[in-house]
Amino acid sequence: MSQAAVMHASAEPAESPLTPESWGKLGMWVFLAGDAMSFGTLIVGYGILRGISSNWPVPSHILGINLTAIMTFLLICSSVTMVQSLSAAQRGDRSGLTKHLLLTILGGLVFLGLQAYEWTHLIGHSLPEAGLSFSTHLFATTFFVLTGFHGMHVTGGVIYNSCVLVACLRGSYGAGEVEIAGLYWHFVDLVWILIFTFVYLL
Amino acid sequence: MSQEAHAQPNYMAIFWWLLGLTIAELAVIHLPISKMMIAILLVGMAISKAAMVAMYFMHLKFERQTLTWIALSPFILCVFLILMLIPDLS
Repeated sequence: MSQAAVMHASAEPAESPLTPESWGKLGMWVFLAGDAMSFGTLIVGYGILRGISSNWPVPSHILGINLTAIMTFLLICSSVTMVQSLSAAQRGDRSGLTKHLLLTILGGLVFLGLQAYEWTHLIGHSLPEAGLSFSTHLFATTFFVLTGFHGMHVTGGVIYNSCVLVACLRGSYGAGEVEIAGLYWHFVDLVWILIFTFVYLL
Repeated sequence: MSQEAHAQPNYMAIFWWLLGLTIAELAVIHLPISKMMIAILLVGMAISKAAMVAMYFMHLKFERQTLTWIALSPFILCVFLILMLIPDLS
């Protein structure tokens, strides 16, 4: 190896405003920014279509607000268990990490179950009775695209958290990886908070 | 990979704030006030809740500013998107 190559290999990486404390965390934030643009585009599209429509229904008259409020509560709880699992990982508390990560996964699964129940009820009863089926009104189309896109993210989060849990139990993952997984899970919660307001309540 | 230590936020306090604001949102839609006022209150509360999740659960408050700008970039672009689409509303 030449002298220049040896010097280069031993040199410290240059500090810049973009040099992160964790490259994984920076990578997740960049991914989430891209994902937020997808959700932002869908929510803005929903708002514009609603704005130009002359016969847009009042969402709270058709959608089950109480059920969705419970789903929101569930995701908020699962965000709390996620940060508690991170705290446990930072303390080296293996059983606390396992318990809280399992509760987070369970919260995601119950959320998905409630969403499946909501969709079944809407497709089978509420929407046809109001004359708002998927193929005939943009309300149904935009609702299912937006909540379905979010539901896919929750599904991805449950799988991601399960993989992180297994890796933690094997000892190959630590607090850093739990924190990165937590960023994704909290983002899913954050997006639902916005969907709950813009699609269900407004 | 270095993990910079920062003060641990009071996660339960954030939880109670999020729960309280969610209950307030459910109450606001039944208030006998104008639809515009209801919309302003709901959007304000939703943005407050989202900001709390980002700042405390996602630790953005304790991270370096670069991450905050990365997190804000999609919202800035969404504002541009809204401005560009507003002519279609008329």
